[in-house]
Amino acid sequence: MSNTSTPLRRFWAEFRENRIAVVALVVVVVLILLAVFASLVSPQNPYDLANLSLMDSRRPPGFVGTGGYTHILGTDPQGRDLLSAILYGLRISIQIGLAAGFVSLTIGTTLGILAAYVGGRVEALIMRLVDLQLSFPAILLALVIVALLGQGKAQLIGALVAAQYAYFARTAYGAAKAERGKDYIEAALATPLSARLVVWRHMLPNCTPPLIVVATVQIANSISLEATLSFLGLGLPVTEPSLGMLISNGFPYMMSGRYWISVYPGVALIILIFAINIVGDQVRDQFNPRLRK
Amino acid sequence: MTEPVLSVKNLSTHFFTRGGVVKAVDGVSFDLARGEIMGLVGESGSGKTVTGFSLIGLLDAPGRIVEGSVKLNGTELTTLSERAMRTRRGSEISMIFQDPIATLNPMLTIGQQMRLAIDAHERLSPQAAEARSAELLTQVGIPSAKARLRAYPHEFSGGMRQRVAIAIALLHRPAVIVADEPTTALDVSIQAQILFQMRDLARETGTAMIWISHDLAVVSSLASKLAVMYAGRIVEQGPTATLLRDPRHPYTAGLIASLPAMAKPGTPLTQIPGSTPSLLSLPPGCPFAPRCDRADDICKTAPEMTMQANRGWRCFHPVGQDAGVSA
Amino acid sequence: MLGFIIQRFLQAVVVMAVMSVIVFCGVYAIGNPIDIVIPPEATEDIRAEAIRRLGLDRPLYEQYFIFVGNLLQGDLGRSFVYNIPVLELIGGRLPATLELVLISVVSATVLGVSLGIYAGYRPDSWVSKTIMAVSVLGFSVPSFWVGLILILFFAVHLGWLPAGGRGDTVEIWGVAWSFPTLDGLSHIVLPAANLALFKLAMMIRLARAGTREIMLTDTIKFARAAGLSEATILRRHLLKLISIPIITVFGLELGSTLAFAVVTETIFSWPGVGKLIIDSITVLDRPVMVAYLIIVAFLFVTINFVIDLVFALIDPRVRHGASA
Repeated sequence: MSNTSTPLRRFWAEFRENRIAVVALVVVVVLILLAVFASLVSPQNPYDLANLSLMDSRRPPGFVGTGGYTHILGTDPQGRDLLSAILYGLRISIQIGLAAGFVSLTIGTTLGILAAYVGGRVEALIMRLVDLQLSFPAILLALVIVALLGQGKAQLIGALVAAQYAYFARTAYGAAKAERGKDYIEAALATPLSARLVVWRHMLPNCTPPLIVVATVQIANSISLEATLSFLGLGLPVTEPSLGMLISNGFPYMMSGRYWISVYPGVALIILIFAINIVGDQVRDQFNPRLRK
Repeated sequence: MTEPVLSVKNLSTHFFTRGGVVKAVDGVSFDLARGEIMGLVGESGSGKTVTGFSLIGLLDAPGRIVEGSVKLNGTELTTLSERAMRTRRGSEISMIFQDPIATLNPMLTIGQQMRLAIDAHERLSPQAAEARSAELLTQVGIPSAKARLRAYPHEFSGGMRQRVAIAIALLHRPAVIVADEPTTALDVSIQAQILFQMRDLARETGTAMIWISHDLAVVSSLASKLAVMYAGRIVEQGPTATLLRDPRHPYTAGLIASLPAMAKPGTPLTQIPGSTPSLLSLPPGCPFAPRCDRADDICKTAPEMTMQANRGWRCFHPVGQDAGVSA
Repeated sequence: MLGFIIQRFLQAVVVMAVMSVIVFCGVYAIGNPIDIVIPPEATEDIRAEAIRRLGLDRPLYEQYFIFVGNLLQGDLGRSFVYNIPVLELIGGRLPATLELVLISVVSATVLGVSLGIYAGYRPDSWVSKTIMAVSVLGFSVPSFWVGLILILFFAVHLGWLPAGGRGDTVEIWGVAWSFPTLDGLSHIVLPAANLALFKLAMMIRLARAGTREIMLTDTIKFARAAGLSEATILRRHLLKLISIPIITVFGLELGSTLAFAVVTETIFSWPGVGKLIIDSITVLDRPVMVAYLIIVAFLFVTINFVIDLVFALIDPRVRHGASA
């Protein structure tokens, strides 16, 4: 009778059973590490203009450049080593995905719990707004915001947050409302305990599992959405190319057979999103009470 | 002695789950005569609903009839192909369920749903089908039947909806209707109405009924004979009046004693101690033994059904005047 | 039923009014409305003249009424870049987008629901498992990437289909459609497939989940107990019951598809409204941006209204205002 397992350990034990999910998790971790240590790992700094030589531009994979090393994945139109550009692009994509995800999580959760806790007209107002937002496609919203506010990292993250906080709000609201109705919350509120403590200690933990599920999905969505916006030319400025921009840079060259400029960054993007989704799926299945036989 | 319309011998239905084999129904036998109403009583998990589904052949995977025979009007049902079984479902044996809101499709009119049930077995002209449907609605006590055919389920009250379900079950004059807790979801006052309606219908049409319920009080006012189930086995069966007056199995006695009507005012209600066992981990021998204050070592072997005239019980230490062992 | 329609219609009108206020505030109160009307290169004199002429020096609420008045007359300003009325500009491009969206959405729904129902009815067959695995791809992969791959494979590598543009058109009911022509069809296949992928994946998953859930209900059990054949049950019960969640999602996703058309049109150089808006944002053709917002809001409201009407038509409970 071993009762030494914490919920986390039990969670991990079950997670481990699905080998595909574990592989996906490893992939995600590896990609994050690569992104974090991009400057150390990549053979060339793609932003260092001194290193670049236009003579090397648009070369196929395996080409030995003027710097003397082999461009494993080829070069882009500016002569950058594609592998390095991908690594740096990964870093930016993950950065933005995480930032947007985190801010959306915070704002959305706060709004959702607030609505569930306060109730009444505040609740109705907030949830109306959230519902309206949810019926509006994310990409359109992001487009509109970028159009109004211009381009830049902060604006991009702002656009992503605006498009996604509603999911967090709705999820937090649902979970918090379920808790709010329970008797022990009423009892706790009747005591001199500060309301904030009640929310923090009681309502918040109940919201955590579904929020984690939404977070994984939304981070993948953020990365995808940012890539799409960058691809359309509405994302980050050219000096900080994310994977989406790399892909869009290579698009005109696809017709002439120089496919690698778009394809390899694309593959990196797909692997990242796919891996996050698989992990997210497994997490969701484990948290879903209805699937537990 | 006329042949019983339904004859069940040693029926066993097992569920092959990942956690093990669940013997939901374990060696059930009974007969049903024409027009007879039998009550199948037990707590949830006793196997009464699974018995019902086994009879009509609507078991969900991973359940399967592993043994036994079910003879309807002389035909063996367990060995029939699905196609052959389907021709009998609704025409010779029907089933109604607990919650009429869930049974009727909210997006089709009553008339349309009855028409579908008719078309499944007979080829009638639209007018003839409508006439038959209206006739049955009237028979179950729904006024303005013809107009009501064009109505949708949500326009009816709960009791009316269940009557519609009964009407559909009776469309082809089946020999047997299996009713799975048909009044549990209804108001108490409506329950009584439906009960009497069904008793009269059974008499009029000659349809036999198996009334599955956890409520002994409800069933006993309607059924002429009872079968009490526990952990997948019938532990006692016989004429209703006899069983209620003079039960043999301790479980039956416990059920009767715990009826609110039996309690003396001011005293706490009697309860049977303990709870129903998990069907995955049944004790060897009599499944009721852990809760029975009459149990001893011999109860660790499975008791057989002791028959006496038209009743039977499965117990080594029955309650009641005879059968020997200390009271 | 009539009450229901009127109620929903009034709601739609209210939402449109609110949207117009929001857009107005966004443009006139926060942004500089001059920039909407006057190209940045204009001289000071022209600006002052325009300000006076267009009443931009009047109080804000008066300007709102002028704004709405113009809207209702169909005057959405003139494009800086093309120098024609925006309504004309958008109107000219809208049919191309509508054609693309309609074809994508219809094929995605028909195919997706069929596959999904099969996957839900026989969940353990390997066909079903394959269908579900592929549907996950439809979700995870960003649509612009799919478009790229499609072009790379079918246009560049195999050379079977064109890589972009719209094909020959045929005029039906006064509007130019391209799919009736063979050339037009070859041009629409790839972008429609690209646009349809996400919706297809969603419909498959939805139909599968719905089918599994519905097949376990008492309604189906009762139908089986009455002796109905499986084919009849699928046709008369399942299809009707599953139509509600399908139509709900259909409506929601229609808007989303319109939005994603922006990406598809860019990749495949499809001459629709989506490409127009992207170009307008990049060159800051503000009248077009504003008009696009208004028109999109209008389309959304209309779609929601139509979906509500459809619900009233198919679900008798909604028609009678009953609570189930």
